[in-house]
Amino acid sequence: MHLQMKVCIFSTCIVDLLFPNVGKAMVEVLERFGCETVFPKGQVCCGQPTYNSGYSKETIKTFYNEIDALLSVEADYIVGPSGSCVAMLKEYKDILKDDPAYAQKAQILYDKTYEFTQFIYRVLGILDCGAQLDATATFHRSCHMTRLLKERTAPFVLLDHVKDLKMIPLNNVQLCCGFGGTFSAKEPEISEAMVDDKVNNIVATKAQVLIGADQACLMNIGGRMNRRGEKIKVMHIAEVLNHNVDLKRVKYVKDTDHQMVPANGSGVF
Amino acid sequence: MGLKTSNLTFDERVKKAKQDKFMQAAVGKAQDAQFEKRTRAREELGNWNGWRDLGEQIRQHVIKYLPDYLEEFSANIEKNGGHVYFAKTDVDATNYIKQVAKEKQVKKVVKSKSMVTTEIDLDKELLKLPGLSLMETDLAEFILQEDNWDEPTHIVFPTLHKNRDQVREVFQKIGYTGDNDPEHMGRFARKYLRQYFMEADLGITGCNFAIADNGMINLVTNEGNADLTMALPKTQIVVMGMERIVPSLKEAEVLDNLLCRSAVGQKLTSYCTFSAGKLADELDGPEDFHVVILDNGRSNALNTAFEPILQCIRCGACLNVCPVYRQIGGQGYGSIYPGPMGKVLSPVLDGGYENFGELPYACSLCGACSETCPVKIPLHELILEHRKVEMNKLHLDHSLNNVIFKTISVGTKTPILFKGALLGEHLALKPFSNKKENSVENLYPEGKVDKVPKIAPSLIHGWVDVRDLAEPPKVKENFRHWYDRHQKEKRGEING
Ligand code: SF4
Repeated sequence: MHLQMKVCIFSTCIVDLLFPNVGKAMVEVLERFGCETVFPKGQVCCGQPTYNSGYSKETIKTFYNEIDALLSVEADYIVGPSGSCVAMLKEYKDILKDDPAYAQKAQILYDKTYEFTQFIYRVLGILDCGAQLDATATFHRSCHMTRLLKERTAPFVLLDHVKDLKMIPLNNVQLCCGFGGTFSAKEPEISEAMVDDKVNNIVATKAQVLIGADQACLMNIGGRMNRRGEKIKVMHIAEVLNHNVDLKRVKYVKDTDHQMVPANGSGVF
Repeated sequence: MGLKTSNLTFDERVKKAKQDKFMQAAVGKAQDAQFEKRTRAREELGNWNGWRDLGEQIRQHVIKYLPDYLEEFSANIEKNGGHVYFAKTDVDATNYIKQVAKEKQVKKVVKSKSMVTTEIDLDKELLKLPGLSLMETDLAEFILQEDNWDEPTHIVFPTLHKNRDQVREVFQKIGYTGDNDPEHMGRFARKYLRQYFMEADLGITGCNFAIADNGMINLVTNEGNADLTMALPKTQIVVMGMERIVPSLKEAEVLDNLLCRSAVGQKLTSYCTFSAGKLADELDGPEDFHVVILDNGRSNALNTAFEPILQCIRCGACLNVCPVYRQIGGQGYGSIYPGPMGKVLSPVLDGGYENFGELPYACSLCGACSETCPVKIPLHELILEHRKVEMNKLHLDHSLNNVIFKTISVGTKTPILFKGALLGEHLALKPFSNKKENSVENLYPEGKVDKVPKIAPSLIHGWVDVRDLAEPPKVKENFRHWYDRHQKEKRGEING
């Protein structure tokens, strides 16, 4: 009998504070596929909000805390529902490379950490999560997931295999939604123009559901759509992959003739 | 004009830009068109990221050995009978050029497109000389000049903010009577400018790459005006940033490939010229050849985290992918170098954050610029680096936001404090939340916050003024509490 894979849940502060449904969905999907999960309570935040605002010195302690917390449990992997926050965890390695106490830990964190869809597709090797959603949807591709984590294909592959879900391509998918952490609050004028562009493109697809793999972007786009009165449902991809699951539909890549899609697409941007 | 193009504050410029719907549409359309062309041109070359690696290596190498290459280059210029002048500042550069113009008793100057001459405000300085007239011969720069020296809004497409009708109006002032067909207007401009070329006694060009081992100047253009500027007048002055050097023709070939594909989505521009002063057995070309090599703050970047910005080959691709540039256009930046490269370069050239301190904050750090840069400048990281320098060293920001950030950083590094936030009932936001009228499903199970009291910190206003905020769930319903229960239930299952 093979040992159960142990996954440490990196909830991200936004999901932890505001969106329990996203965390729940992620945990349920992971456990469904045989992962034993564990949630170290000392975790707080990856530190991105203050670090990206220029407070690099003040944020170091936040990094230390997050490293200590996430490495406080024995686990094979660390998995989080946000490309942006996962990319931040992976950046610790470079930021702390000269830190005698934390350089090595940051490297361990780097090696173990995956974004949720990446983990499902590339590590667990799952092609079809067995989910079903009868809707038309479009996908917002987050900037940090695609450009820092360089994962731009896994969510699309997984969504293509959700039963009854019709995906509609989003025009100008490469453009940022205008969130940018504290940018959205510090430069509301510019951020508003950016998110309006994004909302217009989403509305033009006539999709019923907006899906994303970064809850912070969804909170931004959804918040603007609600303000504008646009009718749509917002779902994190973990919620979609956890929807109406029938285990009989589950398919692993190795049992199909599917060729793994490279994470970074053609590599020309 | 100089580096700084506006006396308005950043916020004022952004407001102005946001009202300019025509500009926004024009920039959006241009970005989308370039997206297609650029991607196609790069894919056609094949192994794009290998070429980028090579471009990066060449540029890094040159910056590292800059003094040696500059020496080699200037020795070669002088060997061929040309003159080299190293200008520390913009004033040094314009003084030298004015001196040359005076000595040669220059009456008519023709110029081809050059950002660096805009940076040093050369046109205005030269026009101070009595009896001297000057003509910008790049079509877009010509339009700007005739439109009362309007400012450029893009480093490759200076008139991106103007449409054909606006151009027609400008041309009507100088005698154009035709329609708004770009081809007709182009023909008019050609005829108008040709006269000038024939009479000009000084030609001024910029420089895409200066070839160290043979003393040649490489220019890539599409209109042919730069070639006339180099070939016809008796005196030529080339103005170049001190970093614009390549070791030899071999490296120029690589960089021209990267530049043309990135800047305009072409394999190669219509003209790709290598030139120098006139040799004894040549028929055309300048008899008197000067090269002005400009520092003007570039050396501020040397041996700092900002050194990679000197790798820039001014292709403009980072502007063309930038979602902020898309919204505020070139004039929003208040610098002749807009977009991501401008956000990094302007404070460096300026030697501080007095004029351009807000620019690094006007960025969502989406990373599109770094991803597209043909010489792999980590632009968004350098933008963040500016923020770090501003915050850690200068402590410019003593506003309430600063206090809030410091508090957030205390909160996020201390599990106890964060737990406090998770356990508390979020009373602060409660009175402002409401459940009514949500058009978006699944985002606001608990309700939303759509207004906050006037005295709330500007950061919270910045968010809520534009979009609704999800109300935090009740403590017992948040993720960690759910997880606790979930684990207990699972253990129960196992035990039971
Ligand atoms: S920073 Fe890079 S992408 Fe931007 S103009 Fe310079 S070379 Fe081009």
